[in-house]
Amino acid sequence: MADRRVHKGLPRGLAAAAAALMLALGAGAAAQAADQITFVSQGGAYQKAQTIAILDPAAKKLGITINQDSAPDSWPIMKSQVASGKPTWDVVDVPTSYCLRGGEQGLVEKLDFAKIPNGAAMPAAYRSPYSVAYEFYSSVLGYNAKKYPDAAKAPQSWADFWDVKKFPGRRALRNHPLATLEAALMADGVAPDKLYPLDVDRAFRKLAEIKPNITVWWTSGAQSAQLLNDGEVDMVMAWNGRITALIKDGAKVGYTFNQGILQSTSLCILKGAPNLSAAVRFVNEAVDPVLQANLPLHIDYGPANPKAFDTGVIPAARVPELPSAPENARRQALMSYEWWSSPAGEAAEKRWLEFMQK
Amino acid sequence: MAAGVSDPSLRHRRREQGLMFLLASPALVVVLALVVVPVGWLMGQSVFDHGFTLENYRRIFVEPIYWRSFSLTFRFAFEVTVLALLLGYPVAYVATAVGRPWDILIMSLVILPFWTSVLVRAYAWLVLLQRTGVVNHLLADLGLIDEPLALVHNELGTVIATVHILLPFMVLPLYSAMQKIPRDLLQASASLGCGPWPTFVRVFLPLSLPGVLAGLTLVFVLALGFYITPELLGGGRTIMVSMVVSRNVELYDQWGAASAVGVILLACVLAIFVVVGRALPLDRVLGHR
Repeated sequence: MADRRVHKGLPRGLAAAAAALMLALGAGAAAQAADQITFVSQGGAYQKAQTIAILDPAAKKLGITINQDSAPDSWPIMKSQVASGKPTWDVVDVPTSYCLRGGEQGLVEKLDFAKIPNGAAMPAAYRSPYSVAYEFYSSVLGYNAKKYPDAAKAPQSWADFWDVKKFPGRRALRNHPLATLEAALMADGVAPDKLYPLDVDRAFRKLAEIKPNITVWWTSGAQSAQLLNDGEVDMVMAWNGRITALIKDGAKVGYTFNQGILQSTSLCILKGAPNLSAAVRFVNEAVDPVLQANLPLHIDYGPANPKAFDTGVIPAARVPELPSAPENARRQALMSYEWWSSPAGEAAEKRWLEFMQK
Repeated sequence: MAAGVSDPSLRHRRREQGLMFLLASPALVVVLALVVVPVGWLMGQSVFDHGFTLENYRRIFVEPIYWRSFSLTFRFAFEVTVLALLLGYPVAYVATAVGRPWDILIMSLVILPFWTSVLVRAYAWLVLLQRTGVVNHLLADLGLIDEPLALVHNELGTVIATVHILLPFMVLPLYSAMQKIPRDLLQASASLGCGPWPTFVRVFLPLSLPGVLAGLTLVFVLALGFYITPELLGGGRTIMVSMVVSRNVELYDQWGAASAVGVILLACVLAIFVVVGRALPLDRVLGHR
């Protein structure tokens, strides 16, 4: 999941090293500051965009210092930090499932939404007792526009993706059950808002049906984009940011938000965080509509707070490209991380490898 | 014995042995710290999960996913090894037969790719083999194919790239073994009336066998643990043991299960070394006289 963030910019390791250096330099200066927190995200272009859009303005407004760290996969570090009894991280931006799992395992603090009014005002599906959604991306159906020059006649739904007679062509899906099972169920006629709890058997049956026609099961976001760009496949399930990046580079590709699977990362606070009260204040500020509206000005991800679309900060032309824009969100399925982190969800994840080998 | 200790030449040899050991000790420390300790820790992790358990091993023998990956991995390693031998033997033979400067040129061509990162070479093969890649374009331009061939994102592409990457490990021991074969023997065979082909089969080939065995072992063992080429070129379908290990950690957060898979693969490799060591002293495999 963390892989979605690998952008063209700095290599991940270098970015992490740079972040660590910033942290080391920042720590000295922060010693004098009254309040400080350590915020952790996934590095790369994504963290840079956040720094400009959200972190710097929030630090200024709250009068705190925000030290940054980054990790491509924070989960093991969250575990070991909390286990050590002396965590150094306060707020983490991670796949929502980590926050929920962390909540179950006592790794993250329960949030007091009375102190997070911005979060409390967001739709209930966008938060949990332990977390609040921070930004959205979507697993969408992308296609080669040379093969399907007429957008109206291009595949527009997962049923189309599964229909190899009507849409002959080569296909790629992600080598991961998350969002892929949802797509299979929608292809089988389940309504986007009636997906959960997932009928796992039915989803795997439907996937087995398309499996002989899947040329590549991709493992990294970069790979999904490369497959589409090189004409290696004609249609693919990919993250919207990867496809829009191709379009910006002039590639002849198209996509639809229809039946996309809307996914999010969320903010949560480590159990025993050293700066709990400042961390709570920061979480509230990070989902402030205006700061949230800043994010899509710097990167192709959508704000988590729907009120961001009412601020007037996001240019009208940009709105249709954002997965969480109300018009787009309506056409998509909202991923239930609660289900994926439940025992049924974990069991479904474990079935994946077996399915791939058959 | 007492006479032996006072023997100056023996004392000298002992001192030399001590110095040699001292010389090797930094490497030994590194091996101990970076290989022995982590592998021991790995083994411990595979049987300790809040107390002693064999659950991680039981799962490997019960769940079909592990068996499938192990059998795929061994088949893959076998294919790669056979192909590497078929391609590598003639190269090493020609390199030893042609003499200066051609042998240097041939061996440089073998070793040069060796200095390029495996990742870069795997991506290069992707560019060559994919649907819109160089090979398919060439074949289509020559009129040999109508539809692009599926050369990559499957086991075929994985095998092709892995053979290429592992070829030097086959050619180098073969070359070294063949170089040691005295040419006089071949001349003697010819002078006794043996034709070129029987000379090769009855004289040259048996003498080159230590090199063959060394090459086979190196390539097979390395192929067993290959990760990058099946991951990048296998299209998600070629799930090798190495990938099961990584999935166990990434997807399922199961270090114990991953460790157990690693331990079993290690045991397989050691077993191969033991069998090969029986057939041939290991020091010869590793290039001693």
